[in-house]
Amino acid sequence: MADRIEKRIELKAPVSRVWRALTDHREFGEWFRVQLEGPFVPGQISRGHITHPGYEHVKWEAVVQKMEPERLFSFTWHPYSVDPKIDYSQETPTLVEFRLERTATGTLLLLTESGFDKIPSERRAEAFRMNDGGWTEQMKNIQSYVAPKS
Amino acid sequence: MHAKRQAHASVFAALGDATRLALVAKLCCGQPRSIAQLTKGSKLTRQAITKHLRVLERADIVHSVRTGRESRFELDPEPMEEIKKYLDLVSEQWDQALSRLKSFVEG
Repeated sequence: MADRIEKRIELKAPVSRVWRALTDHREFGEWFRVQLEGPFVPGQISRGHITHPGYEHVKWEAVVQKMEPERLFSFTWHPYSVDPKIDYSQETPTLVEFRLERTATGTLLLLTESGFDKIPSERRAEAFRMNDGGWTEQMKNIQSYVAPKS
Repeated sequence: MHAKRQAHASVFAALGDATRLALVAKLCCGQPRSIAQLTKGSKLTRQAITKHLRVLERADIVHSVRTGRESRFELDPEPMEEIKKYLDLVSEQWDQALSRLKSFVEG
């Protein structure tokens, strides 16, 4: 258990190909299953809707953060925001980062989604006042307790 | 689901503190403990420990049980299992998306 999700995947395709699949909004839409209204632009909101069967009513909204060609693409969003009645914009978003590394056979893609420990700002001050330890390190301790039971 | 998400956030936040995590560790044996027992061996005052216990209580990670004049605290592992499930769900969605990306760029 941690406050972040980390994935690494080897892709047998050149970095330039992977970069295009990630940052061209039409190509991103193909594999992510989302129809986007326009290109990704750093600092701007990307809007669209999910095309995944059964989730067509779900809106996609993210704020593009960084686009460093063939190296880093990142955005903030609200994961798993599938309930149309909820205004997820009131919640602190998580940060999704795609990092690309050239390998002998193609591309190593590192995905990180972080920020699950953030809470609505009105309660954050109180809850984080005494937080001085590393979250991930602390969660490891808990894991040993929860893991055998789940 | 909104209430649940808020609850996730408060569990994450409540556990994001070394003192509270140490309290959770002390309560992990399943035995309800008094504030005096939980303060023992800590540099913090009884009052400070109580404050931390209240934060854990608000996140439903611990419950207090009154026995006579004394409150005892016990751990409820469910909220921690809930956030693990939530992260697993988001994680699973990424696995699926990345596998589609793989077919897309390699195809």
